[in-house]
Amino acid sequence: MSQVTMTVNGKTASGDVEGRTLLSQFLRENLKLTGTHVGCDTSQCGACVVHVDGKAVKSCTMLAAEADGATVDTIEGQAEADGSLNTIQQAFQDHHGLQCGFCTPGMVMSTAALLKDNPKPTEAEIRDYLEGNICRCTGYHNIVKSIMAASGQDVGSIAAE
Amino acid sequence: MPKDHGIGASPKRREDVRFLTGEGNYTDDINVNGQAYVHFLRSDVAHGKINGIDTSAAAAMPGVVKIFTGADFEGIGGLPCGWQVTDKHGEPMQEPAHPVLAQGKVRHVGDPIAAVVAESVEQARDAAEAIEVDIEELPAVVDMKAALSEGATKVHDDLTSNLCYDWGFVEEVKPDVDAAFETAAHVTTLELVNQRMVANPMEPRVAIGDYSRGTDEHTLYTTSQNPHVIRLLMGAFVLGIPEHKLRVVAPDVGGGFGTKIFHYAEEAFCTFAAKACNRPVKWTSSRSEAFMSDAHGRDHVTKIELALDADNNFIALRTDTLANMGAYLSTFAPSVPTWLHGTLMAGNYKTPLIHVNVRAVFTNTVPVDAYRGAGRPEATFQLERVVDKAARELGVDPIALRRQNFITEFPYATPVAVEYDTGDYHGTMDALEGLIDRDGFAARRAESEKNGKLRGLGVNCYIEACGIAPSNLVGQLGARAGLYDAATVRVTATGSISVMVGAHSHGQGHETSFPQVVAEMIGIDESQIDIVHGDSSKIPFGMGTYGSRSIAVCGSAMVRATEKIIAKAKKIAAHLLEASDADIELKDGQFSVAGTDKSVAWGDVTLAAYVPHNYPLEDIEPGLEETAFYDPANFTYPSGAYACEVEVDPETGKVTIESFAAADDFGNIINPMIVDGQVHGGIGQGIGQALLENCVYDENGQLMTGSYMDYAMPRADDVPFYAVDHSSQTPCTHNPLGVKGCGEAGAIGSPPSVINAVVDALQSGGHDVTHIDMPASPSRVWAAMNK
Amino acid sequence: MYNFDYEKPSTVADAVAALGDEDAQALGGGQTLIPTLKQRLASPTTLVSLSGISEMQGITDEGGSITIGGATVHADVASNGAIAALSDLAGNIGDPAVRNRGTIGGSLANNDPSACYPSAALGLGATIVTNTREIAADDYFQGMFSTALDEGEIITAVKVPKPEAANYQKFEQPASRFALVGVFVAKTSGGVRVAVTGASEEGVFRWSEAEAALNGNFSADALEGMAPDADGMIADLHGTSAYRAHLVGVMTRRAVAACS
Repeated sequence: MSQVTMTVNGKTASGDVEGRTLLSQFLRENLKLTGTHVGCDTSQCGACVVHVDGKAVKSCTMLAAEADGATVDTIEGQAEADGSLNTIQQAFQDHHGLQCGFCTPGMVMSTAALLKDNPKPTEAEIRDYLEGNICRCTGYHNIVKSIMAASGQDVGSIAAE
Repeated sequence: MPKDHGIGASPKRREDVRFLTGEGNYTDDINVNGQAYVHFLRSDVAHGKINGIDTSAAAAMPGVVKIFTGADFEGIGGLPCGWQVTDKHGEPMQEPAHPVLAQGKVRHVGDPIAAVVAESVEQARDAAEAIEVDIEELPAVVDMKAALSEGATKVHDDLTSNLCYDWGFVEEVKPDVDAAFETAAHVTTLELVNQRMVANPMEPRVAIGDYSRGTDEHTLYTTSQNPHVIRLLMGAFVLGIPEHKLRVVAPDVGGGFGTKIFHYAEEAFCTFAAKACNRPVKWTSSRSEAFMSDAHGRDHVTKIELALDADNNFIALRTDTLANMGAYLSTFAPSVPTWLHGTLMAGNYKTPLIHVNVRAVFTNTVPVDAYRGAGRPEATFQLERVVDKAARELGVDPIALRRQNFITEFPYATPVAVEYDTGDYHGTMDALEGLIDRDGFAARRAESEKNGKLRGLGVNCYIEACGIAPSNLVGQLGARAGLYDAATVRVTATGSISVMVGAHSHGQGHETSFPQVVAEMIGIDESQIDIVHGDSSKIPFGMGTYGSRSIAVCGSAMVRATEKIIAKAKKIAAHLLEASDADIELKDGQFSVAGTDKSVAWGDVTLAAYVPHNYPLEDIEPGLEETAFYDPANFTYPSGAYACEVEVDPETGKVTIESFAAADDFGNIINPMIVDGQVHGGIGQGIGQALLENCVYDENGQLMTGSYMDYAMPRADDVPFYAVDHSSQTPCTHNPLGVKGCGEAGAIGSPPSVINAVVDALQSGGHDVTHIDMPASPSRVWAAMNK
Repeated sequence: MYNFDYEKPSTVADAVAALGDEDAQALGGGQTLIPTLKQRLASPTTLVSLSGISEMQGITDEGGSITIGGATVHADVASNGAIAALSDLAGNIGDPAVRNRGTIGGSLANNDPSACYPSAALGLGATIVTNTREIAADDYFQGMFSTALDEGEIITAVKVPKPEAANYQKFEQPASRFALVGVFVAKTSGGVRVAVTGASEEGVFRWSEAEAALNGNFSADALEGMAPDADGMIADLHGTSAYRAHLVGVMTRRAVAACS
């Protein structure tokens, strides 16, 4: 066991971890931040995406020890200070961009990373960026639409409102 | 102007707030004080005899609480099958035992042999590796035809063969069907595979057993679509726990798609072990484990023949299907290739003579059961492929051929035992044609060809029977359960309402759509109404969510219960208004006396019900809480027409979906936004089946697609935006909401149009390809073009 | 995962020392290693993280070539642009989150037969720089998951000469999105190099017949009808050996066409 300390959603968090402890485990089990989900074991589904030092990473494929000293942002830290949904979260609700909600934290965190680099992505850029986030419920239609809306684009003309 | 509240409105989903902020409460998010963890030692061979299990070294490993093997479950019930199919000779299906942990033999890769309960997951896994299992590997049967061949190795030694049942439907008409083929002007024949699928809800399964010695009460937290069904099956048939001592909780569940209907060994194990260890026991499946322990779907091999007369009217249809059951019978497995498949073979067409033969087969593979659509996608795929092939052989327009044979008069009794109450197949086809710009296709194809690509357009229709199901009917067909549902409407003194429902929402948005119905009926704001679901200790006995049944069956129960509430509230209002209850009208939450300006508000009546100072106590009880059970009189029959346009890269065989359009008739619609979302999701899964997904075993029964590295899940860049339309609406005639259900339609309706489009594209390039099996992967398409 | 000790040295020398224990293993970005550990297919006693070694980070442009630190993540190579084909390749490995962790050194040390980077290193004639020596790409790749690296040897950097023209064409395996076939074509001062990943049972290889044809006529037409021998190509669920051989031809022609 060794101690790791990181800044998670703006607060300092410490805990004892084994070498093998994954960042996703540390968040879920030590910090009880269960919004970060684990949907696969081959680093593909993206339900576990969080930001480490501002970069989207798969927290199930990163050792907690590797995040020692880092700034970590998770789904629990995304809403506005008053608890209201941020722009991305609100767009997902407005456009029915989630159903069962399991992939949703990863989708929101990936969207945040995408829009930071590319504030007005095209549909193709969004679909390409979501390569590492699998959703089984939505057929992606409303996820892509939500992301376009979150980036301030007019989605009124997209088929099938 | 769309409505902004009540039935037909699309309010934002209230459940989204917790899911978007990380505050969902999924089963793996639950941790019970003192819990231990279980790791299952699973078979790595497909078929083998267990000669011995030595757990002594493992038991001494750090952190081990207790190790269980099949011997610990001797005398305890196995996992039950909920449906008994009777074969064409009137004999019951062969039904093997399905132990919680393997007893004597393992029958598929992933079959649990032993379970280690330990202080941590990793300690449990460490100890499981130290268990010594002496397994004598036996030949595995994987291929269904081989499994039925003379002298094949038997999956179950105590059965007479690997044949579960040989089902003929309707057996009495077979001579007539065969005779029609003799006289047909044209016969189109197609052999096809509906490949094995893995449902893959993004949340892997989880079970936590908890037990209180003080009260002798068991609690199971589980990722289930139907907690009451699990309670009944596990309590009554497996563990012998009185139902009132067993609470099953299915909290937020991250998708189901059928595979979370069934009662699984891990649920029974955790419940059993919690008492045996006297501490909570938790199991969380990994995705790799899910691939070899979640029930799979589909896996049919079919020959279908369509007979047409000289005017291209369908005169007879004949099918012969092998359906893979896997190694054991999962909860509803026998019903899927029979009553959920054979009964749909009429499709949208007035084919007068139909015979369906299905042989269900045991193999050394993971059990197969319902996956989104369950039998109906298999029926739709073969029917809509053979119709398309017939159109090509006859040189007629595939839409025109379909239209010519549409059923147009309702109710319509099919030759395969069901009666469609309503439908308008020309209406949905008209709507589809409005979405797809068929006239512009030639120009689009020319443009593709200029870029070296082939372009194809495929269409298909579908019909499904859902709103599952009339209990008396399914009872005759072999169901060992009723398929009604229930709702309790509990009104508080201040007028807000909790509705306890037997349906379970795991993505369907019931928490938003169900209150819309009650709000509409009473005329109060939706925010005054909440849905309670997923906890057997809180909700009335209901059968859960699958088969596109929630709003049609449970929603109808909710309507009936609300009607009882309104009837009683009117009596209270009549008393308060000193009028006759026959004269009381309810509108916008106000009870008024017809023809007068006298009224009382909803809240006045609810308060009177709970503070009955001025109340007709001699006539009615205080309080305002009603329960209704609703058993549907018939299935519901959503229908539609779908179209897909693809581009094929002839150099690589890669198929790209250029557009997809769906026109559905769901009858009345409660929340159009949610309905669209359900259709989108179904189409996504249908495209996944058509182009990407395939669960493959090798000849030794080893699972070749055991992770997302080899099982191709659809991603965002595999699919386009979908055009959906549900303007064609023929309300269901036999439920109070006139609803039909929409959950499975997309998955049922979409695969044939994709494959029809691929075949169209390949033929346009001069390739002699009349069929391509799913998934139409690049390598398969390329091989078909270069055979 | 089996448990292991974790160390995070800040210099190459310390990392080499830590890797002296024969059951110690280097940890790059972990995007392949961690899933492998989850399956309990490896059991190192110590993982030595290379992510804290600043001298192994970043990309320097030396005019005629660039040097990429061994611990540089794919995302940084993707955004660099000094060699466009290499950046394009890096920008299409895995997914964005994987690219933020996975490193060039880790990928080359693993030498997965379906990974993208080996084809770039071989195609561009890169030099693999380790803590002890420099290894030409032509000598480095020694078959599936096999390289010239010795036990405990660390890829500290990769020196990549700038090509006159280059392009990478990847045909994805539908599930993993690794290369079912990937072809890196580079026109260099020393001639045309064609490196193929994903296809061969021997791992990444140079397709010499195509190189010869392209040295005579650098155009897709020069490769018309050509494909490598299907013998020795990988056959699996996602494609037969004949299909892979065919795809090598298609992807090579497309890469050449994209070069001009």
